[in-house]
Amino acid sequence: MTAALTLPPDPRLEGTLSVLSPSGELLRPDLVPGDEILLKLYTGMRRARVFDDRAMVLQRQGKLGVYPCFGGMEATQVGAALALQDGDWVLPTYRGTALAMMRGMTLAQILLAWRGHPAGYQVDPKLHILPFYIPIANQIPHTAGIALAEKRRGTGLLAMAFIGDGGTSEGDFHVGVNFAGAFCAPAIFVIENNGWAISTPTSVQTAAKNLASRAEGYGMPGIRVDGNDVLAMYHVTLEAAERARRGEGPTLIEAITYRILPHTSSDDPKRYRQETEADAWRGRDPGMRLRAYLESRGMWSEEQEQDVMKGMEAEIKAAMLEADQAAPIEPEALLEHIYAEPLAEMKDQLAEIRALEALK
Amino acid sequence: MTVAAERQAAQEQVKTMTMVAAVNDALRVALERDDKVMLFGEDVGMGGVFRASDNLQNLFGEERVFNTPLSEAGIMGLAVGLGIAGEKPIAELQFAGFIYPALEQINAQIGRYRQRTQGNFPLSMVVRAPYGGGIHSPEMHADSPEGLVAAVPGVKIVIPSTPYDAKGLLLAAVDDPDPVFFFESIKLYRSVKGEVPTGHYTVPLGKARIAREGDDCTVLCYGGMVEVCEEAAVAAAAAGVNVEVVDLRSIVPLDFETISESVKKTGRVVIVHEAARRMGFGAELSARIAEELIEYLHAPITRVTGWDAPYPPFTAAEHMYRPDAARVAAGIRKVLDY
Ligand SMILES: Cc1ncc(C[n+]2csc(CCOP(=O)(O)OP(=O)(O)O)c2C)c(N)n1
Repeated sequence: MTAALTLPPDPRLEGTLSVLSPSGELLRPDLVPGDEILLKLYTGMRRARVFDDRAMVLQRQGKLGVYPCFGGMEATQVGAALALQDGDWVLPTYRGTALAMMRGMTLAQILLAWRGHPAGYQVDPKLHILPFYIPIANQIPHTAGIALAEKRRGTGLLAMAFIGDGGTSEGDFHVGVNFAGAFCAPAIFVIENNGWAISTPTSVQTAAKNLASRAEGYGMPGIRVDGNDVLAMYHVTLEAAERARRGEGPTLIEAITYRILPHTSSDDPKRYRQETEADAWRGRDPGMRLRAYLESRGMWSEEQEQDVMKGMEAEIKAAMLEADQAAPIEPEALLEHIYAEPLAEMKDQLAEIRALEALK
Repeated sequence: MTVAAERQAAQEQVKTMTMVAAVNDALRVALERDDKVMLFGEDVGMGGVFRASDNLQNLFGEERVFNTPLSEAGIMGLAVGLGIAGEKPIAELQFAGFIYPALEQINAQIGRYRQRTQGNFPLSMVVRAPYGGGIHSPEMHADSPEGLVAAVPGVKIVIPSTPYDAKGLLLAAVDDPDPVFFFESIKLYRSVKGEVPTGHYTVPLGKARIAREGDDCTVLCYGGMVEVCEEAAVAAAAAGVNVEVVDLRSIVPLDFETISESVKKTGRVVIVHEAARRMGFGAELSARIAEELIEYLHAPITRVTGWDAPYPPFTAAEHMYRPDAARVAAGIRKVLDY
């Protein structure tokens, strides 16, 4: 854990809330959650990371389609997810696999989603997580709408959306966050600021000093947090959630993190950035940070670590078997679920597809 | 460069290029010829996700080749502003499937600007967008919105199918006084190769190309579907059927003269595109042929297209959605057996 001590300070992190230092020293004893939460946060991150590593390997083996990895950014998603209640809504981007795991989507289903199989899109409505959003920022106005619905019904539930730093340039981002503010809707917007939008750094994305400062213009608090510090992330999300449930409206959270891996399995970051930058952020690894803290309190051992790792490997293996057994895609998959009842011409088209497939 | 020097340069070298290399070469020539040309879009500075703009920032600097913030409406509106002010913008939409946030600029402004300023502010601008499927890309990365844009009066739409055409048509688009949308098939980017002159040349907009001659049936297609249709035509030839494959190259303006000649010769028409059938560009083609050439038809017009469904987000089902040679062959059989 000494490597982290030599980390140069990163200007991106200036003014962000941290609970633990990169080497796991406790900076804010007042913000440490209970032991049970600590362990859930740690295992949530560990499991997510193992999945991410395996998914990249599976992609290389041709067993998944294009895969948007998140390794090194898991604290943002895991911390935020654990601060929510059952019934709260989550609107993830394509990079939200850790969120999906935390919200209870099965690994088999996540694998099928990244395999481009319809079963991967059939998210259980009870989980209140929507399928990964591909077009940037479309989820932001939806979040305002869902939050407004919960407000009208007086449920005390909220909606939380994720977006990248690049995504905050889209019109839908501004429109959606503004609506949530205007309607005082119980919403949380998490900007997962990983420094890059494919090859475009945040500094080219905007002239704003930081992204959270925009919140003032939308009439809501804007909070900057060390996104690699899962305890900080958990804390600010919990506060935002309580505010939302008290009827005080939405919060914009800018989580400063870093994408140490490529943008997706088909990207090559060497084309546009210095890998020394990524190396520095490897030293801020969110899992290592919490583990060091847990170990300092005697709450975690190598044995427990191995248990989580082995358990996860076995789970992924089982999930792969399950995913492999998913029904082959039938022509119906193309034309089903577009209308409640297929239109007459669609029935004809279905017959046509079946006939064509039969010829193959 | 003088015209004579250009001609000489064009003759100097011919290279075998992929489609994406031809696009890159066209962009290089356009930037070289005219200082007013600017190239921008998401990740364009580092070469773009398909590398269509590779190395151009190195050659021409960040003032002329640059990354924009992530916003299609912003990119489109920026191009309009630059165009109004007399620059020559070439804007890239990273994927045609992300054109939707830009549709307001396209419909409400780009298509109307010349008329609403009575010709005082013409918009000479080019929008490039990779379109279509065939490479197992994720949801929204395979859309074919050319019909949607074709419904907007005031814009032109070019869709090349060979490296030679890609370069020549793109350079013609840059010279064109009107806004031109240039859709590049993601499938063809690296799968086709051809000889391309390294200098400046243009292929005129609005002239179709007979990709293969035949007199039994006319297949109308463009972009990513041309190779599929040629494959079907080769198979048909083995069975003694001569199919004429017409590569439209641009859908606005449409070379109806070439279409008309072919239809009069064959009397049978199959229209092929990747977009959904309902309100796809094939609907327009079919209507126009029915309106003007009905007495020459020996069979009803047939459309081989995507189904009336979103392009499947399920990559594993792509092969059932995107027309392939077998489906085109079935369409050809249908019009012949009528
Ligand atoms: C509307 C739209 N435009 C373009 C894209 C292509 N695209 C996919 S990811 C991406 C960059 C996103 O960067 P950011 O918002 O910072 O999120 P990150 O991927 O870094 O998590 C782009 C341009 C898209 N998916 N949607």
